[in-house]
Amino acid sequence: MTARLHRCGDHAVLVELDRLEEVVALYDALAADTPPGIVDLVPAARTLLVRFEPPTRHAEVESAVLAARPAGGRRVTTEEVVIPVVYDGDDLADVARLTGLTEREVVAAHTGTVWTVAFCGFAPGFGYLVGGDPRLAVPRRTESRVRVPTGAVALAGEFSGVYPRESPGGWQLIGRTETVVWDIAADPPALLRPGVRVRFAEAS
Amino acid sequence: MSVPEAGRALLVLATGPLTTVQDLGRRSHSHLGVGRSGAADRGALRLANRLLANPEGAAGLEITLGGLLVRASGDLLVALTGAPCPATVTDARGRVRGVGHASVERLPDGATLRLGVPPRGLRTYLAVRGGLDVPKVLGSRATDLLSGLGPERPAPGALLPVGPPPVEFPAVDLAPVPEPESGDLVLAAVPGPRHDWFRPEALAALCAEPYEVTPQSDRIGMRLRGPRLERARGGELPSEGMVPGALQVPPSGQPTLFLADHPVTGGYPVIAVLRDDEIGRAAQARPGQRIRFRLARRATMR
Repeated sequence: MTARLHRCGDHAVLVELDRLEEVVALYDALAADTPPGIVDLVPAARTLLVRFEPPTRHAEVESAVLAARPAGGRRVTTEEVVIPVVYDGDDLADVARLTGLTEREVVAAHTGTVWTVAFCGFAPGFGYLVGGDPRLAVPRRTESRVRVPTGAVALAGEFSGVYPRESPGGWQLIGRTETVVWDIAADPPALLRPGVRVRFAEAS
Repeated sequence: MSVPEAGRALLVLATGPLTTVQDLGRRSHSHLGVGRSGAADRGALRLANRLLANPEGAAGLEITLGGLLVRASGDLLVALTGAPCPATVTDARGRVRGVGHASVERLPDGATLRLGVPPRGLRTYLAVRGGLDVPKVLGSRATDLLSGLGPERPAPGALLPVGPPPVEFPAVDLAPVPEPESGDLVLAAVPGPRHDWFRPEALAALCAEPYEVTPQSDRIGMRLRGPRLERARGGELPSEGMVPGALQVPPSGQPTLFLADHPVTGGYPVIAVLRDDEIGRAAQARPGQRIRFRLARRATMR
């Protein structure tokens, strides 16, 4: 693991890694055994932002990051959820065209692998899922939608995701689910937390 | 154990352009896509709470450009900090008196507190001894206007319950604080984390001429207008974690300064981040005001 460390203001260090898997492994290691003074970990596609509070200093956090021993493979959470999806999204035909698959093959590919939540972002409870069939990699839509409905199931790049609530969005919509992925009254409020494994199933 | 005083509350009669309930925000939920939020000028809210012997993170009101009118239900102690506004208390018999800034003030049962428009600064904080006791969401009473989390924005007619007073008593009557600056603000920023995405002269350009705070500014961030910051490389930055005080630069080259409700992750490079104690000062800059940046070499120890 080659970690490049960038100081980010007075109270954060941005750790840059080569691959998402390294980010996930480092996040897992630091989340399982968080060094003192670290108050927030923000995993993303190639980086982990580590926020801390005084009296902890940059140098201490940097040492802790470099000393962390990412296990690799084994995650803090081993929870698996099944998300039933009605595959009738507005972009399903476009995705088929972009991937060279039929619409049925897109559905088969999306339901054919176990996905894993790599990180959350964009909105509360929006999980970036990885581990999908590589043939499903599609670009974002050229124009964002102003309104994507709650529960929309979508693809963009190497990721799949479920919109936690109605919002603007630029991902390719392939279906919809009734599964609630963000519930402020639940503990934890997010269903799709980093590390959670997800299987999509076609709803009959 | 403090004696509960049933029914103590603030009744909101008018809110001005924007009033929200804020505390010091939610920690440790970033990995769920939930930002910290909280008071835009954290130092000001802390001070108001200290004046009243509240815990520093007790919830109060953040009032943007004044205009607040509230009535006390039960005898309250309050303090105003942040942008100083002309403020008056009208008691239940109609007698009017002025209210000091950053001082401990009585707001007796039935009295109203009225805030005018601050001549300088943008955000005023009203703390109440005992704190505003609205329900917490994910451990905080902060209103996050980006994600929609937290208490509803108080509207006329809203009754905001006040918690039991703390055991400690206020130790001072007022705190001497500097007035918010009305001219150019000078703010110190630390280069990085992505200054290497810009041409070498970009950091100098950032500090050479002032930037104007545009009207496209809110609790999420302040869009600035000034010298264009040129990138040295094209390509996309994969989204990465953001911090308050970050100067994020979209392709336009005009930076956005992130404040309390900034997005958890962002896809444009951050050229520099404000020193921590400068973020609250930045949050008091009004649209049209100018900001000059200077580079702080490295985070100092404290």
